[in-house]
Amino acid sequence: MKRPEPIQVVKQRRDAALTALVGGVPYIRFLGISFDRRGDELTGVLNYSDKLIGNPVLPALHGGVTAAFLEVTAIVTLSWSMLWDDLESGALDAEHLTPTTLPRLPKTIDFSVDYLRSGLPRDAYARARLNRSGRRYASVHVEGWQDNRDRLFAQATGHFLMPRRDG
Amino acid sequence: MTQATDTDAQAEQRDAAAQQFIAALPHCRALQMRVEEVSAGVAVLSMPWSEDLVGDPATGVVHGGAVSALMDTCGGAAVLCHPTAPLSTATMDLRIDYMRAAKPRQRITARATCHHVTRSVAFVRAEAFDEDGDGPVAVANGAFTLDRGSSA
Repeated sequence: MKRPEPIQVVKQRRDAALTALVGGVPYIRFLGISFDRRGDELTGVLNYSDKLIGNPVLPALHGGVTAAFLEVTAIVTLSWSMLWDDLESGALDAEHLTPTTLPRLPKTIDFSVDYLRSGLPRDAYARARLNRSGRRYASVHVEGWQDNRDRLFAQATGHFLMPRRDG
Repeated sequence: MTQATDTDAQAEQRDAAAQQFIAALPHCRALQMRVEEVSAGVAVLSMPWSEDLVGDPATGVVHGGAVSALMDTCGGAAVLCHPTAPLSTATMDLRIDYMRAAKPRQRITARATCHHVTRSVAFVRAEAFDEDGDGPVAVANGAFTLDRGSSA
């Protein structure tokens, strides 16, 4: 049996790929979204800033920010799952991944957001589940929460067009 | 009870209220949103292209999330412009269909219509266009809550 790779090698490869994937998108930076990774599982983190506020009286996060955060989490999770096998098999070289050499991102076909309670002025988290991930289309469900994992403040379902894999 | 046309004073008051509504929302300022036009139950808002909003670095196309933010705000503004004058509103659900990529470096304009209201819910349809006039970039359907103050 092949000897397992040293942990630093594994972590560096995965983190480099995730950084290339997320860091290349200006809008993700603009909203202050980052991703926590545990193995292949991603959690989107919306790092709070005042410019994310929609209703200053409550105050509450802008509904558009919530929608964007869930959509970003869906797209990144989908792309990440698409990259994962090639990344682990070595078919994709994580060290030399740049926004221009990365495979194209999936395109949103439709996205439906369900607002369950107002977003508080603090960090928010989101995790996406790929309900169906085919060669051309994918259906993704995303859940967003703040203080308690069981008390969602928003959830969404979206359909995505996968990029062509023929280079 | 509501009339199709309203007085100049009402229209003026509504224009001013819409501008104030947008100016008071930090995220709308961050996206440089502008009120183009409001009338009874209708709002037209626009947003310029910006490097910060790019979702696909390979093409410079604006991220769908930014279009969502514009549509959501526009929907809320249309609800507040409804002749039954609700005090406040919040999005309950919003579904967006992305028909095509918005052309990079073009302003995106959304038009929302509040086509039906009940005592506590407003139903809204919206469309977003770039400057090409090639049909909508995205269309949206949403339900918004209505706060009418003391519930009758």
